[in-house]
Amino acid sequence: MNSSRICFGFLLASMFASGAGAAQDRQVESEKLFSDIYSVLTHPRCLNCHPKGDSPKQGLDAHVHVPPVARGEHDNGVAGLECSACHQTSNYRASGVPGAPNWHLAPVSMAWEGLSPGELCRALLDKSKNGNKDLKGIVDHMTRDELVAWGWAPGIDADGRARETAPIAKPEFDRIVHAWAESGAKCPE
Amino acid sequence: MISLHVNDKTYQLDVPPEMPLLWAIRDGAGLTGTKYGCGIAQCGACTVHVDGKAVRSCSMPVSAAAGKRITTIENVGATRAGKATQTAWEKLDVVQCGYCQSGQIMSAVALLKEKAKPNDADIDAAMSGNICRCATYVRIRAAIHEAAKTLAA
Repeated sequence: MNSSRICFGFLLASMFASGAGAAQDRQVESEKLFSDIYSVLTHPRCLNCHPKGDSPKQGLDAHVHVPPVARGEHDNGVAGLECSACHQTSNYRASGVPGAPNWHLAPVSMAWEGLSPGELCRALLDKSKNGNKDLKGIVDHMTRDELVAWGWAPGIDADGRARETAPIAKPEFDRIVHAWAESGAKCPE
Repeated sequence: MISLHVNDKTYQLDVPPEMPLLWAIRDGAGLTGTKYGCGIAQCGACTVHVDGKAVRSCSMPVSAAAGKRITTIENVGATRAGKATQTAWEKLDVVQCGYCQSGQIMSAVALLKEKAKPNDADIDAAMSGNICRCATYVRIRAAIHEAAKTLAA
C-alpha cells in the first residue's frame, strides 16, 4: 500500500517536472524566435518608420527625414505636405524616392526606438498599443502587409545605390513569425 | 499613349510610362510654369496638385497620374483658394527671383484647402518641403495668413 502510494507520488512529481520542463523549453524556443524577429524590427528599414517623435528617420544612420516632415494627426503627414506628396505606391527609380502602398508612420503607441526585446515584444502584443490587433493580426501585419514587405525591397536611393534590406530573408522571416506565434508568442523579460 | 487630365484639359501624350510627371507636364503638355529644381523630391519647385493634393511631380511617374485630375500653377487661380493665394503673393510682393514660387504657391493652396485658418506652425509644417534660395520664407508665411484672411471674409 505504502509502496504503491510512493510510486504514484513519484510518477506525479515526474509528470510535473517534465511538464514544467516542456513549458520552459517552449518559453526558451519562443524567446529565441523572437530574438530573430527583434533583429528585423530594430533594423533601420523598419525602425525608421516607428520613431518616438514626430519625424520619420532615414538611412542606416537613422538621421531625421530630409526634407523635414511631420507625423500629422493621422500619421501620414500634415495638411499641404502628406507623405504621398513624394512617396508613391512603389519605389521610383527616376527620383530614388521609396514607395509602397499606404506609406505612413507607425502610430506613436508603436514607437520602438530604444525598446529592449522584452519591451518591444510586449508592445507588439498589447492591443491598447498595436491598433487592437490580436496575435493573428500581428502575424498578418508582419508577414503580409505591403508596407512592411517594402523593408525587403527598398529600391535604390537618389544616387542609384541599392538600399540595404532588412536582415533575414523575407520567406524565412515569415516562417519565424509563424513559428513564434505557434510557440505561444512568448516575450523575453 | 497616356491620357493626362491637366487643368481641365485632356492631353494624349506619347511618353514612356516611367517618365516623371514633371516632364510630361512641361514637355508633353507644354505647361512650363511648373519648375524643375532637384529631381529627387527635395526642393518642392515641381509641386502640382493631383486630385487636389500637393505632389512633387518629379517623383511621380506619369503612368501613376493617368486618369487623375492634375492642376498646375497655370490654372490654380481658377479656384477660390488659388486666387486668394496668388493675390496675396502679389500684394505682399513675396517673389524675389521667383524660380521656386510656383511650387510654393501650389503647396500653400493645398494647405489652405485643408486648413482654412492655419497658424504659423501649420504653415511651417506644410511648407517645410519647399526651399527658397532667396529666403522669402517670412513673406511666404505672411502671404498665406493674408490669403486665409481673404478666404475667411
